[in-house]
Amino acid sequence: MTEQLLSLVSLTAGTAAIIREFNLSLDNQRRLMELGVLAGTRVELVRFAPLGDPIEIRVRGYNLTLRRQEAERVMVSLA
Amino acid sequence: MADTSPPTHPPLVILTGNPNCGKTTLFNALTGLRAKVGNYTGVTVEKKEGRLLGVPKNEPITVLDLPGTYSLSPQSLDERIARDVLFHRLPEIAAPDLVVLVMDASSLERSLYYCGQVMELGYPLVVALNMMDVATDMGQQVDPEALAKRLGVPVVPMVASHSDGVTQLRSAILRQLKPPPRPVAEVGIWQELSPDVQREVHSLAGFLAAPNRAVSATAEALLILTDEKALADNVTLYPDTIRQRVANVRQCWETAGVDWRLLTIEARYRRASAIRDEVVRETAAVEQTWSDRLDRVVTHKFWGFIIFVAIMALMFESIFRFARLPMDLLTAGVDWLGLAVGRLLPPGDLHSLITDGVIAGAGAVVVFLPQICLLFLFIGLLEDTGYMARAAFIMDRFMSKVGLHGKSFIPMLSSFACAIPGIMATRTIESARDRLVTILIVPLLSCSARLPVYTLLIAACIPNVPVLGLFELPGLTMVAMYFLGILAALIMAWIFKSTLLKGEPPMLIMELPPYKRPSANTVFRHVWDRAMMFLRRAGTVILGINILLWFFATYPRGADLGPRYEALRQPLRQARQTVEAKSTRAGEIEAQLAALDRRENSEKLQNSFAGRAGRLIEPLIAPLGMDWKIGIGLISSFAAREVFVSTMSIVYQVDNNSDSQEHTASLAESLRAQRRPDGTPMYTPLMAVALMVFYVFALQCVSTVAVVRRETNSWKWPLFQWAYMGALAWGGAYVVWRAGHWLGY
Ligand SMILES: Nc1nc2c(ncn2[C@@H]2O[C@H](COP(=O)(O)OP(=O)(O)OP(=O)(O)O)[C@@H](O)[C@H]2O)c(=O)[nH]1
Ligand SMILES: [Mg+2]
Repeated sequence: MTEQLLSLVSLTAGTAAIIREFNLSLDNQRRLMELGVLAGTRVELVRFAPLGDPIEIRVRGYNLTLRRQEAERVMVSLA
Repeated sequence: MADTSPPTHPPLVILTGNPNCGKTTLFNALTGLRAKVGNYTGVTVEKKEGRLLGVPKNEPITVLDLPGTYSLSPQSLDERIARDVLFHRLPEIAAPDLVVLVMDASSLERSLYYCGQVMELGYPLVVALNMMDVATDMGQQVDPEALAKRLGVPVVPMVASHSDGVTQLRSAILRQLKPPPRPVAEVGIWQELSPDVQREVHSLAGFLAAPNRAVSATAEALLILTDEKALADNVTLYPDTIRQRVANVRQCWETAGVDWRLLTIEARYRRASAIRDEVVRETAAVEQTWSDRLDRVVTHKFWGFIIFVAIMALMFESIFRFARLPMDLLTAGVDWLGLAVGRLLPPGDLHSLITDGVIAGAGAVVVFLPQICLLFLFIGLLEDTGYMARAAFIMDRFMSKVGLHGKSFIPMLSSFACAIPGIMATRTIESARDRLVTILIVPLLSCSARLPVYTLLIAACIPNVPVLGLFELPGLTMVAMYFLGILAALIMAWIFKSTLLKGEPPMLIMELPPYKRPSANTVFRHVWDRAMMFLRRAGTVILGINILLWFFATYPRGADLGPRYEALRQPLRQARQTVEAKSTRAGEIEAQLAALDRRENSEKLQNSFAGRAGRLIEPLIAPLGMDWKIGIGLISSFAAREVFVSTMSIVYQVDNNSDSQEHTASLAESLRAQRRPDGTPMYTPLMAVALMVFYVFALQCVSTVAVVRRETNSWKWPLFQWAYMGALAWGGAYVVWRAGHWLGY
């Protein structure tokens, strides 16, 4: 079973995905994880900001915004 | 009476929880105070103390509100305060006797993560399960009893914004304070850790253990083993032996393939999800809340910006437009008071001091109250609806272009009210450099103290012509000044970020809380408090400066001045006796006498201390088209900007006719009446714009300098800021004045 990994930003608005791995600095990864974004967590890409950056995601029942620059390094697979 | 027992203090109850979960709302309900509340994360950035209401006076209980935090591994200054209080690391704050853990029922899992960390510390604890209404709106039913049973602590369901549950919480607090605290041992994620990890944590805890420690040694051992910064940031707290041990243990774990950094986070969230699944029942599948629907428009690709600009424009236009009538009424009131009091006093210095210095001077500032109220009403609404976070979301792209992030935008918006809360709000910015850059630029945004200056100059000089049929030139000028400040702030941020304070564009992680219906109570209290603050300031600081200024503008009086002018007047008076009243000749003589009076007053003012100071700096501001009288205004507004208005009022009143019983000319009118030596009007539209540009840029606020000094811990940055803003102010006004002339204005 090979699952295809995508980056979080490559999702289209409104799709859900499962977080798989992080290629972030440890500090940033820690912060995201403390906010509940962990490997295996289901997230939904809610929307892109008017100029395409940052993005808004929904995770564990609340909404969070992060920049493309970081979202690119968060790998997901489609749910 | 020797009392040798250690100093006792009232029991300390602290409020802690995630950002924006309602801690301050609850604090206000518990203590009757009015700390600032808003619907975005990072409203509270400082600890704040109050007294619990409803307990006997002789047994007071202290309640402490803290900034919100997502975990005990702080990333910014405000979060650090919460962590330090919980670990009893601040000398001025006692160890907490009880922790009220405020949880957001609508995002329970994230709240449970932090809850787990705090519970392990071992304090007696009460959970305030807030935002029950929001959870219901989202189709979730949270069972407080099940949660209480699962956590083993009392849980009080509440809606803090409606004061629901506050009484129950108060009794729970009192109940939990009474019996000697039962240590909550080895709760939380303990069972989830492998025996090997448990053993290492225990053995490190043995080294940390000391009598009288506030926090469970096990919890602290677990934290410093699994958080790389907990040790690095607090080198002085832990002796070398401990640090060595921690390094060894981590090394062992690494060779065994244990990722110690992430170990606890995953375990905690596993536990949080499990608890959530037990206590939450989804009652309805709510696809989209009204907040989601609203967001589709507010953050829309196209409408998002239109709405943002429209809100800003509406805010500044309406401050200008709707405040006009109440301001006119207030002005009439102040004038009436001046006249009424003036009639009671014999002419002379006292008369002048009271009418020109006190009433006209302070009155000149007080009349701006309606504008201040409107401004704070708008900002209060922006803050309490949740729009602030959306503005940061929309504007983040621009902010990243200048090297900052959207979070820096929130302090910028707050600074339209006042730079000081704006500077405080930068505490939420994680990177020290970005925080500093934001502090440096925030005072460029036009705060409420500039409002009187702009309004006065616009009223006096900018003709009321319609623009594009929809707007009026005065209102547009005002909006232009605000946008100039924003633009300058962004440009300067970019300059600082690419020179002095280079650094990577920071990471942005920010919560977007659901919109809330703004609470009328919160917003109006906010407006009321700010209005009172404004009046108090007008009645104390500004009044004081005015009285001083009146003295400086009146003394010293050249002893020869009076006789000299008297000698000049004498022949004219005699001549008037000989000619027929109402003849043209009599009119001429009257005019000459009046001109003499003006010259005498002007010379008096020139010789006064204030006049001398003004003339001293005149060479510096002459290139900007300003004279020494404006110089007096500029100097005095370095204490506070709005003093410009009252200073000009005093200067022109003293100048005008210090003994006149009837002064009815409004300040704007006396500005318009000012002439340059060559007879042309002093206050042209160009002069007004140059002056306003000066005020947009200059850092004329002692309190801001003091706060920047405190927040940056050095004199270097406030002085630098003062100098660069001063240079901008002078340069900006010079460019306007020169370019205006060149264009033929
Ligand atoms: N619907 C609802 N809103 C609430 C409730 N409690 C507080 N609020 C609102 O939630 C927002 C945040 O409240 P605050 O008291 O400022 O939250 P805080 O925890 O102090 O936030 P920080 O200081 O930023 O950490 C405000 O707009 C409150 O009016 C509640 O029980 N229900
Ligand atoms: Mg707060």
